[in-house]
Amino acid sequence: MWRHLGPALAFILLGGLFAVVLVRIGNGRLDVREIQSPLIGKAAPSFRLASVTDGSQWVDSRELAGKMYVLNVWGTWCAACRDEHPVLLEIARSAHVPIIGLDWKDEPETAREFLATLGNPYAAVAADRDGRVAIDWGVYGAPETFLVSASGQVLIKQVGPMTPQIWSDRFLPLLTGGAR
Amino acid sequence: MIPELGTLALAIALVLSLAQAGFGLFGAHTERLGWMQAARSAVTGVWLFVALAFGVLVFTLVTHDFSVTYVAQNSNSALPLLYRVAAAWGAHEGSLLLWTLILATWALLVSVFSAGLPSVFRARVLGVLGLVGSGFLAFTLLTSSPFARLIPAAPDGADLNPILQDPALAAHPPMLYMGYVGTAVAFAFAVAAMLSGRLDAAWARWTRPWTVAAWMCLTVGIALGSWWAYYELGWGGWWFWDPVENASFMPWLATTALIHSLAVTEKRGLFKQWTLLLAIFAFSLSLLGTFLVRSGVLVSVHAFAADPSRGLFILGLLMFFIVGSLLLYAFRAASLKSEGGFAVVSRESFLLLNNALLVAAAGLILVGTLWPLLMDVLSLGKISVGPPYFNVVFLVPTLPLVVLVGIGMHATWQRARLGYRGRWLVMIAGVALVAAWGIAFGAYRQSGLALTLVGFTAGLFVIGSALVEPWQRLRHRQPLSRAALGMAIAHLGIGIFVIGVTGVTSYKVEKDVSLGVGQSAEIAGYRFTFLGTHPVTGPNYEAIEGRVAISREGKPVTELRTQKRTYRVQRNPMTQAGIAVAWNRDLFVALGEDLGAGQWSMRLQYKPLVRYLWIGALVMAFGGLIAMLDRRYRRSAAATPEPAADARAP
Repeated sequence: MWRHLGPALAFILLGGLFAVVLVRIGNGRLDVREIQSPLIGKAAPSFRLASVTDGSQWVDSRELAGKMYVLNVWGTWCAACRDEHPVLLEIARSAHVPIIGLDWKDEPETAREFLATLGNPYAAVAADRDGRVAIDWGVYGAPETFLVSASGQVLIKQVGPMTPQIWSDRFLPLLTGGAR
Repeated sequence: MIPELGTLALAIALVLSLAQAGFGLFGAHTERLGWMQAARSAVTGVWLFVALAFGVLVFTLVTHDFSVTYVAQNSNSALPLLYRVAAAWGAHEGSLLLWTLILATWALLVSVFSAGLPSVFRARVLGVLGLVGSGFLAFTLLTSSPFARLIPAAPDGADLNPILQDPALAAHPPMLYMGYVGTAVAFAFAVAAMLSGRLDAAWARWTRPWTVAAWMCLTVGIALGSWWAYYELGWGGWWFWDPVENASFMPWLATTALIHSLAVTEKRGLFKQWTLLLAIFAFSLSLLGTFLVRSGVLVSVHAFAADPSRGLFILGLLMFFIVGSLLLYAFRAASLKSEGGFAVVSRESFLLLNNALLVAAAGLILVGTLWPLLMDVLSLGKISVGPPYFNVVFLVPTLPLVVLVGIGMHATWQRARLGYRGRWLVMIAGVALVAAWGIAFGAYRQSGLALTLVGFTAGLFVIGSALVEPWQRLRHRQPLSRAALGMAIAHLGIGIFVIGVTGVTSYKVEKDVSLGVGQSAEIAGYRFTFLGTHPVTGPNYEAIEGRVAISREGKPVTELRTQKRTYRVQRNPMTQAGIAVAWNRDLFVALGEDLGAGQWSMRLQYKPLVRYLWIGALVMAFGGLIAMLDRRYRRSAAATPEPAADARAP
C-alpha cells in the first residue's frame, strides 16, 4: 500500500496548508482581504516612478510625505478597475485627499488614453511598468487601495474595487478623524 | 412559523441521510437485502425533505419575510419575482442549500435509474452519497442555516447584489452545481468499486453516463458564467482567471480526463487505478472549489462573505472525503491492476496523452491559484499570479491537446492503423492550413501572430477530423452508435471553441472614446454615432440610457442601447452593455461617465467570432448529451456485452 499512498499524503499537506491559513485568519493574524497585514501600521514603502501623464516628471513618495494620501493600484487591463473608476472620480470630487494612482504593469500610452476618456481622478499617476513597486506594497491583484497617514504609515489596505460603501465605512472615519 | 418548518425539514433530512449512509454501507457489507432496500427509501425521503426546505426558503423570499436574516440580507420588496427566486442561491446559506438539494437529486436519479445494477453495489453507491449528503446537511444546519431569524425583523431587505440580477446569472449557479455535485456520483462509484475490490468493464460502463451527465452540466454552467461576465461586467472579457473561475474549471478538466480514461477502462480494462484516482480528483477539486469560495482564503469577486469557522468545517469535510478515499485507494490499488498492454501508437496511448495533458493543465491552474496562499503562509513574500501567468501556462498543455484530439479520435485500440483515415487527416490538415491563412489574411487583412494561424488551423483541423467518421458512415449508410456520434459532436465543439477564442483574441478592437451628441468614432470599419441619453426607470433601479447608431460604409447597421444603472438600495453603478450580434462578430457599446458639457465617455468594442466560443461549449455539451443516451448504457448489468464490440466508440 505504501506505493499508492502518495496522493493521500499530498492532500494531507494541502489540508495542512489550508488549516494554517484558516487558523491565522481566525485569530486575526491574517486577513486575505488585507493580504499584507504586516504592512498595516508600518511605514509605506517608498517609490520614485515616472509619471504617466507627463513622462518627464517623477512621482516620488517623499514629496507626498506630510499629508494623508490614497494610493490606488490599477491598470487599464483590469476590468474591476473600470468598475471602480466612477467611484474614484466621485471621491476625487468630494474628498479633500489626493488619490495617487499606481498604474500597474501597463502601457503609459493606453493609461493616458484611458484617463483622457474616462476622466482622471488622480492627483498624480506613477507608472509601475514592471510591477516592482507593487511587489513592495504587497499587491495581490488590481484594484487595491491604500490609505497612508501624514506620518507615512499605511492605515488601510483595501483589496478589490472601491465602492461608496467601503469608502464611507472604512476610509472616511480615518480621514475625518484628523491626520494621524 | 414557516421558516422553522424549513429547519425541521433539514434536520429530518440529515437523520434520513445518515440512515441512507448507514443502511447503504453496512447493508452492503453484511449483504442484508432489507437494509439495502431501506437505503433506497431513505434516498427518496432525503430528497423530499431537502426539497421541502428549499421550497420554504423560496417561499420566504417570494413573500418578503424580512424576519428571516437571509431574506433581509438578500432581497427587497422591489425586487422582481425572478430575482427573488434566484436570491435563494444568491448568497452562501441559500446556495449551500441548493448544493444539498442537487446532491439529493443526483442520489435520487441514481436510485431510480440504477435498476440494472447489482444491489450490493448500488447500496454502496447510495451509502457513499448519503455520507457526502450528511456532511453537507450538518454543515448547513450547524453553521449556515438560511432560516435563522432576525429579531427585530427588518422593515425592508438590503436587496440582492445588483450584479446577480440578470437572467443568465439566475441560471448559472444551478447549472454549475449540477456539474460540481454530479462529480460526487462518479466518486461514489469509485469508492463503491474500491470497497468491493472489483473494477471491471461493467463498472466503467455504469459510471460513464453519470460522469458525462455531470460534465455536460459543468460545461453549460461554465459557459453561462463566461457569457454573463462578458455582457454584465460591461467590459467585454470572457474569462478572467479569477480563483473561483479556476475552481470551476479544474473539476471540468479532471472530469474531461475521467471521461476519456473511463473509455479505456471499459473497452480495454486498462488505466484502472488511474481512473479511480481521476474520479476521486474530480470530486476533490469540486469540494476544493466549494471550500475556496466559501472559506474566504482567497480573494475573488465571486467569494461569499468569509467566515473561518465555516472554512474549518468544510476543510474537515474535504479532508475526510478526500483523504479517506485516497487511503482506501492506497489499500486497494494494488489489487486493481490493469491487464494487457498496447502499442506505442494506439488509441490507448493517445488517451494516455490526453489524460496527462488535461491533468497537467489542471495542475498548473491549481498551482497558480494556490501559489499566493502558499507564499503567504511560508512568509516568502508576495507574488502576483494573474492572466499573464495563466494565459501562457495554459496554452502549453492545451495546444498540443487540441491537435491530438484531431488525430487521436481516429486511432484504433491496441495498435493504431489510421489507414485511409490517415490520408484524410493529412488532407484535412492541408485544407485547414490554407483556410486559416485565408481567414487571417483574407477576411481580417492582417497576419497577426503565428499563434493566430496555429489556432485557426488547429480549430479547423479538429472540426474537419470530427466530421470524417459521421460523414463516412452516412455515405456508406452504416449506422453510427450514439456514443461515437456524441464524441464526434463534442470534438466538433472543441474546434468551434478554438476558432472563437483565436478570432476574438487576435482581432478584437477596443477603444475608449468620449463623444458628444451627434459625434462619432470608428473602429474596425464600423462608425458609432452617439444619439444622446435619456433617463429610464426600472423596477428597482434608475438608469441613464444612451443610444448609439452604428453604420458601416455609410449604411446603417443597427442601433444599440446601453444603460448605466444605479440600484436604489445598494447604490453601486452597474453597466448594461449594448451588444449587436451577427454571425461573424459582436459590436459592443458600454456607457461610461458623464464628462459634462454633453460629453460621455464610452467603450466601443469589436469582437470578431466571439459567439463561437460559447457555441463551441454548447456543442460540446450537446455531444455529451448524445453520448450519454447511448443504448449500451441502458442494458441491464447482467447482459455484459463483449468489450470492443464497437471499437470506434470513445
